[in-house]
Amino acid sequence: MAVERDPSPAFAAFAHPERLVSTEWLAEHLGDPGLVVVESDEDVLLYETGHIEGAVKIDWHTDLNDPVTRDYVDGAGFAALVGGKGIGRDTTVVIYGDKNNWWAAYALWVFTLFGHEDVRLLDGGRAKWEAEGRPYTTEVPAPAAVEYPVVERDDSVERAYKEDVLAAIGTVPLVDVRSPEEYVGDRTTAPAYPEESALRAGHIPTARNVPWARAVAEDGTFKPLSELDAIYRDEIGLKEGDDVIAYCRIGERSSHTWFVLTHLLGFQNVRNYDGSWTEWGSAVRVPIVKGAEPGEAP
Amino acid sequence: MSERHLPEALAGIRDDFLALEQNERLQLLLEFANSLPELPERYANHPDLLERVEECQSPVFLFVEVDDADIVHVFVTAPREAPTTRGFASILAEGLKGLTVEQVLAVPPDYPLTIGLTEAVSPLRIRGMMGLLGRIQRQVAEKSAA
Repeated sequence: MAVERDPSPAFAAFAHPERLVSTEWLAEHLGDPGLVVVESDEDVLLYETGHIEGAVKIDWHTDLNDPVTRDYVDGAGFAALVGGKGIGRDTTVVIYGDKNNWWAAYALWVFTLFGHEDVRLLDGGRAKWEAEGRPYTTEVPAPAAVEYPVVERDDSVERAYKEDVLAAIGTVPLVDVRSPEEYVGDRTTAPAYPEESALRAGHIPTARNVPWARAVAEDGTFKPLSELDAIYRDEIGLKEGDDVIAYCRIGERSSHTWFVLTHLLGFQNVRNYDGSWTEWGSAVRVPIVKGAEPGEAP
Repeated sequence: MSERHLPEALAGIRDDFLALEQNERLQLLLEFANSLPELPERYANHPDLLERVEECQSPVFLFVEVDDADIVHVFVTAPREAPTTRGFASILAEGLKGLTVEQVLAVPPDYPLTIGLTEAVSPLRIRGMMGLLGRIQRQVAEKSAA
């Protein structure tokens, strides 16, 4: 019962154009049967100040993370969460959010761990919707709950653990998507973010630094394929068939890069290391490199 | 937390939050966000006078005045697209209004953890409010010593 895809020529060159919708497309399809729009933001209250009509809210921290273990909710938890938002297994889900879709991409990645097939991003997110003067409402929808099957999360394909990353150093390309300051080791968090997440600063040996925002154009939409190719293939040398692991501080910015590499550039084996620097930078006896050079495998 | 040092207004705000269900607590926080006072003109035109609060995820700036009667005045600004941070700032601005230096410095640093928002907002985000309170207290200490 999937909703038709956005035929925008702007997306045609991407490996999986069906993963993006434009603001125009969404405005026309709001209310379509089989479509649920989800807002996912860094700021937990932003949705309450106004959101796209009919959109439901999923918070990365209070909804998608397990409140006790540092992990995501399990199959039953996910089924209860999304079923309660009116999302069925065959529903087309369009996610958008603040900060150029950081958290929207993160939510999309978690949906993917549960094998939800048709989940798309609103290209440009909240910023573009607003810039175009499109309306918001504060009315919170009360969707009828639907039965979502309990599907256990599959972490083996899109998710990397610390041990995977340790084993990958020197063989699998690592992409560090944090700011240059974090990569070099001047600080452990993004500029203007709390300095509290890790005990050591620097990067994982061999990782190349491509700040996530380089994939985004001025208006918040993804850059065209040719520009993305120039960054990820020409500049840091990712090749067809490469396995890739992306990381950041807690896995949210790297979800954004995971989306770019997987759905826009078509790499088949991209994993997001969600433990990222808050785990690596505090782990005992893992190798760390400081400075602007990627460094060698130990 | 040492109850005897908690100013009445802050205790009242805490009790208001704790009386609500989790979802309603977010609505109350939003009301605080919407009622954060605008900066007075002397600061609105002088962003250089304001101190940035690094513990918050969004750009937050604050300035503290201590007047001749040792009364503390707190001014905070945060963007509209950061309502959680505005809410935190608004709670502190309202809760500390009219207090003396001594009273502000005696506010327990873990006050933000006690107002029933850790579940609704997440502990990570609450740290931003603790940073805000800590910086207010530091500025008050510096300015009253001068």
